[in-house]
Amino acid sequence: MSLEQFKNRNVGTQNYVMLDLGKEPANNWEKFKQVVRRSVKLELFTGLKVTFREMIKALFMGEMHTVKYPFEKLPIAPRYRAIHEMKRLLESGHYRCIGCGLCEKICIANCIRMDTRYDENQRKEVSEYTINFGRCIFCGYCAEVCPELAIVHGGRYEVSSEQRASFALFEDMLTPIDKLTEQKEYPGFGAVSPDADKKIKKTPLAY
Amino acid sequence: MDGYIIGTIIKAILILAIISALAGFGTYLERKVLAFMQRRLGPMHVGPYGLLQILADGIKLFTKEDFIPSHANRLIFMIAPAITAATAFIALAAVPLLPEFTIFGVKVRPIVADLNIGILFVLGMMAAGLYGPLLAGLAQHNKWGLLGAARTAVQFLSYEVVTGLAILAPIMMVGSLSLIDFNNYQTGGIGSWLIWKQPLAFILFMIAGYAETNRTPFDLLEHEAEVVSGYATEYSGMRWGMFFIGEYTNMITIGFLASLVFLGGFNPWGFIPGGLAIILKVSFLFFLMLWIRAAWPHVRPDQLMWLCWKVLMPLAVINVTLTGLVMMV
Ligand code: SF4
Ligand code: SF4
Repeated sequence: MSLEQFKNRNVGTQNYVMLDLGKEPANNWEKFKQVVRRSVKLELFTGLKVTFREMIKALFMGEMHTVKYPFEKLPIAPRYRAIHEMKRLLESGHYRCIGCGLCEKICIANCIRMDTRYDENQRKEVSEYTINFGRCIFCGYCAEVCPELAIVHGGRYEVSSEQRASFALFEDMLTPIDKLTEQKEYPGFGAVSPDADKKIKKTPLAY
Repeated sequence: MDGYIIGTIIKAILILAIISALAGFGTYLERKVLAFMQRRLGPMHVGPYGLLQILADGIKLFTKEDFIPSHANRLIFMIAPAITAATAFIALAAVPLLPEFTIFGVKVRPIVADLNIGILFVLGMMAAGLYGPLLAGLAQHNKWGLLGAARTAVQFLSYEVVTGLAILAPIMMVGSLSLIDFNNYQTGGIGSWLIWKQPLAFILFMIAGYAETNRTPFDLLEHEAEVVSGYATEYSGMRWGMFFIGEYTNMITIGFLASLVFLGGFNPWGFIPGGLAIILKVSFLFFLMLWIRAAWPHVRPDQLMWLCWKVLMPLAVINVTLTGLVMMV
């Protein structure tokens, strides 16, 4: 099956296959015959057979579906959009965010609040940065728009907490400095594509 | 005579304790079997393999608020669950559960009352049990409860007829209404089981039994998708639990009845002693109920009535007539 089939959302143009349900019984005699046919063909017992087979499979052939959730977790997709993370530069350990404000501007839920100021070197510094996760819809626009790959989505999806402010501060989202070597790039929205090097062309100097 | 009374009381208490414990265990088994058939694990966390789940559920049911809705008829609302549970246990009184055995030199017959109309008594008691859901539904001032009660009336009343007619043919062959006589009629090994002589009656009896115990495919009384919880909508805590103990006890009773009447009862089965044989048979019939619940969809009320009055009842009548003719010739 190709991906095209799933991408086609024009409902009604696909080739639906009608199941052959047989003829509707027209009168009582035909209805009666249908009941007899179904009972004698033992269709009901096929159902029993299927459930029993599934039970044997589950019990003895290791096909149990249950995931014991808090103890076992299913792997999530790399592009999954959960609680945001702020990344650091690998070389200096400084946070990547340059305070451009694009994420604040694009956020459709209007839930990013940030402020910047000049630090002692007259460089822009992020003085305040929070995301109100009560309003965030996890659309991923902020990660997509960020020019520095600074704000990305992480994989933390267990986000119940007693405080609205949990997870939401800049420091909470920032990679801890001692975990810098474990910092992983986010392959989702806005990330550099794996073949990015090949796609880059030299800009000609002469016109 | 004193010994007889004391013995009967001891037997009654023992049966009450064991069967209600088994009924509780039945809920655990049901959840486990249904889970396995859907490739799930079922209860796992309370005790090893979730075995103590019944205990946890019991504690929960006992400590829950005993809630009576306003506008409900308080008295009837309160006694309705007791009717279901009590009749279910009373029905068991006339059922011989195991073969006779000797303990401390006393010969014990594991039946509380060997009535000469045993089977009639059991069926009558189970039929009386329908007052439980019926009154519960009517008393609770809730439209879903009322619908559940209406369904109780149509379902149980019609299936009572089929049960009676289906079991009439075996009764004619055995010539007695005592369940012990049924058992003694089938002493000659598997070949003498009544199921071979009365296969149709067996099938009819099982279908009617499922309808009477309110099991899938005939669980119309409290079908969540249609009537919320039917007659049990407003019930909570132990009153609700009593309906369930009643239902599971009825399942066990139907299992015993079917084994005694059609499947050779507690006669030794090859090398298997009689006591174990009947436990195996009842266990299988109980498992069959769970299995069918996992596999089959339930029917609509109109289909149920159609099946009962237009298919099963004529078949039962034909069966009785044929049995009579064969016995005359
Ligand atoms: S994911 Fe969407 S809603 Fe959430 S902060 Fe980013 S842009 Fe705003
Ligand atoms: S878009 Fe990126 S670099 Fe710009 S302010 Fe937001 S996080 Fe910082």
